[in-house]
Amino acid sequence: MAKVVEQAQKEKEALISGSEAIAVACKLADVDVITAYPIRPYDTVMQYVAKLVANGELDCEYIVAESEHSQFEIVKHASAAGARVFCGSSGVGWMYAFEALTVTPALRIPMVAMVGNRALDDPGAFGVEHNDALAVRDLGWQLVWVDTAQEALDTALIAYRVAEDRRVFLPCAIGCDGAFLTHSQTMVKIPSQEAVNEFLPPYNRGDLLLHPDNPITIAPQVNEDWLMELRKQNDEAMKRAQKVIPEVYADFARTFGRSYGNPFFEEYQTEDADVVLIGMGTMSIPVKVAIRQMRKEGKKVGFVRLRWFRPFPADELAAVLGRFAAVGVIDRDYSFGSPHFSGVLATEVRAAMYPAASRPPVLGFICGLGGREVTVPDVKRMSDMLLTAASGVPEPQTTWIGVRE
Amino acid sequence: MGQLYAVEIVYRGIFQKNLAKNISRGIALAAKNDGKLGISFGRYGDSPERNGIPAKNFAIIATDEETLQEGMAKYEPKEVDITISVDDTLAKGVESWAWYGLQPINRLLKPGGTLIVTSMLEPEHIVEMAHRKETPYKLAIVKAIPSFSGLWVYKDDHTEVRILGAIARVLPDLFTIESVEQAIMEEWNDPLKAISARKSYDRTTTRTVQPTEGNPEKPYEFTFPKWWEMREGVAIPSIPMGAGFGDPATGAVGGYRPDRNPTFKKFSTRTMRPVVDFDTCVKCTLCWLQCPDSCFDVTPDGFYDANMDACCGCGVCEAVCPVTNCITMVNESEFANNASQWEMWKKDKAVYKTWLQQKIAVVPERSHGFRFRGQYEEQVATLVAEGLAGAAGGGEEITEKIVSDAGEASAGGVE
Repeated sequence: MAKVVEQAQKEKEALISGSEAIAVACKLADVDVITAYPIRPYDTVMQYVAKLVANGELDCEYIVAESEHSQFEIVKHASAAGARVFCGSSGVGWMYAFEALTVTPALRIPMVAMVGNRALDDPGAFGVEHNDALAVRDLGWQLVWVDTAQEALDTALIAYRVAEDRRVFLPCAIGCDGAFLTHSQTMVKIPSQEAVNEFLPPYNRGDLLLHPDNPITIAPQVNEDWLMELRKQNDEAMKRAQKVIPEVYADFARTFGRSYGNPFFEEYQTEDADVVLIGMGTMSIPVKVAIRQMRKEGKKVGFVRLRWFRPFPADELAAVLGRFAAVGVIDRDYSFGSPHFSGVLATEVRAAMYPAASRPPVLGFICGLGGREVTVPDVKRMSDMLLTAASGVPEPQTTWIGVRE
Repeated sequence: MGQLYAVEIVYRGIFQKNLAKNISRGIALAAKNDGKLGISFGRYGDSPERNGIPAKNFAIIATDEETLQEGMAKYEPKEVDITISVDDTLAKGVESWAWYGLQPINRLLKPGGTLIVTSMLEPEHIVEMAHRKETPYKLAIVKAIPSFSGLWVYKDDHTEVRILGAIARVLPDLFTIESVEQAIMEEWNDPLKAISARKSYDRTTTRTVQPTEGNPEKPYEFTFPKWWEMREGVAIPSIPMGAGFGDPATGAVGGYRPDRNPTFKKFSTRTMRPVVDFDTCVKCTLCWLQCPDSCFDVTPDGFYDANMDACCGCGVCEAVCPVTNCITMVNESEFANNASQWEMWKKDKAVYKTWLQQKIAVVPERSHGFRFRGQYEEQVATLVAEGLAGAAGGGEEITEKIVSDAGEASAGGVE
């Protein structure tokens, strides 16, 4: 284990998990301050970071805090003072940090965080649900989901570049599905340090740097006569992020010779599809397998895997989804009492599509909660419902898939 | 639309929070007895839990529900029929915790509206302290030592009902004195209070203040920046370092005057200010060290000059000064400007000595806050025994209020 990264760099490839890939990205990004507090599955990142530090491969302040709240507060302050920082958590640990999570985007801290997605208590459960990361969706956090260890590493580098762009200065959380991504190792190409240095310039906080040479006060108390302007600033920053993200992906492809195509979402077999499924994270694997099987049965189903949930690519996504006869949104989350008792993503997709010229039926599916397997038959069942809706026969707005009933 | 009335009560944080609330409640309750509808509220953006900071309560009264909503559809009234200032030093202007720039006390008054001030001062003195207003307005004095108490306790000296009686006099359309008396009995069930209100009603007179009268200074203002003009990340530039300054007598430059926030001066928080006897000052630094607002400028010759743009009037300097009578807190109403005392002293020490002796002869009322159980009973008894604040001259009516009200009660005057 000792020199995994060093060796891998020589080989340019290593067998590592999604969590470990994020830790390697921290090393490549030369992160200055990393804070940690154990909770599964995020703890797989902190363990690997600890190894990198112990082995002398990563030179950073590595602080194991006494709670997630302190964990996120420490990096917030370090980032304000000009340090590149990394943090992360899972499930209720992320929720325990919530106050710090709210002030981080408000103060325009370009923190990168890994959320090892985990069901919220109670009951205690390790498995993946996206509700933890989604809880910050309204606050100014950029949220991106990945589905492979390779994408985890690449996206972490991209996230630093986007977050630290002066036009953005907003934190970015990378959603990594517990178990499927955090705990399984695959071969990952590790870019050279030289290429990363070229891609990722040093963090420059400019006029917002907390330093004696730049005397400023951060986070005073304000009243109704100030706050709305500050909110407007963050609104504009998030709008600008939507323009910065494609720039950074293009630069990533140029630097590393690996392209992700459309940065905001991946399309799979959508060219001639009649109906389409959309979801986030590692559910992409069984969905793709099922689609290939259904194609043999003559059912033309496509898949859109959404990467960037914030900023949400509403217009672009609506234009794509409008091409199909029906849209099925697979939510690995819940939003009790929401419109149509759907998941979070289904509500967002419906909202994005409302002003679109073409508005096919949108069916919501709640699936794979608490880490439950999203099976190939599950995907086929959802697809069949979509095909039925496409034929003009109404289907329920929301259906729970894979629940015992 | 029916008739709409607005009354603001300007008060000092903590010390008068309950007083202001009782007045605006009393207005709404008296108006109800007059067949009108009303609401009472505190300005939410204020911070009335901070010592002495100017803050506001409002009462909105209307003749019908829809007209009341016209008044409620605003965060706060844009103009008022009556402004009540329950501390006379507020006549110099108001800068609340959330309010940038110094707001003249008469700013919201409609043309011909009435400013009611609780004070022992003569009306002319109040007029001089208040900023000039383009349109004439009226001034009524409710003769009283400004009533200061604590956050959790209430100094029940009848100030609130005397104000209500005065309102019935200056704006009888709003409510009658009978409605006030009825509201007092319903709210407090205290016949003494009803008598105090009626006496105030009988005695209240007004004096018209012309646009040519008052403080001619233009109060400092503040313009809000656009969202794209503000620094991002909730970051604001710090106040820069200060510098030395000149000695008016010798021309020598030295010492240190810290730069201060040009748009939030805070001095309207002050009800009294320190007067420094530079002839007895031993330059021990304690006032400069202990001032919670860093208001002392270090002069080129090593003295400590309380800068009146920054002083909140807390009195800590007086408390820590080891020299007897070197620093004396004097009521803010005794001063016409924020000029430097040290400069005056440097220019002419004899003149300054005379000035200082005049100022410190004025015994300030220092009942800020609540310190011990029984304090208010003791204070009232002392006031009565001493013939009440004789230095200010007009103590007679106050004495009469307390003694005669009590006398009427013991004589069975209320039946």
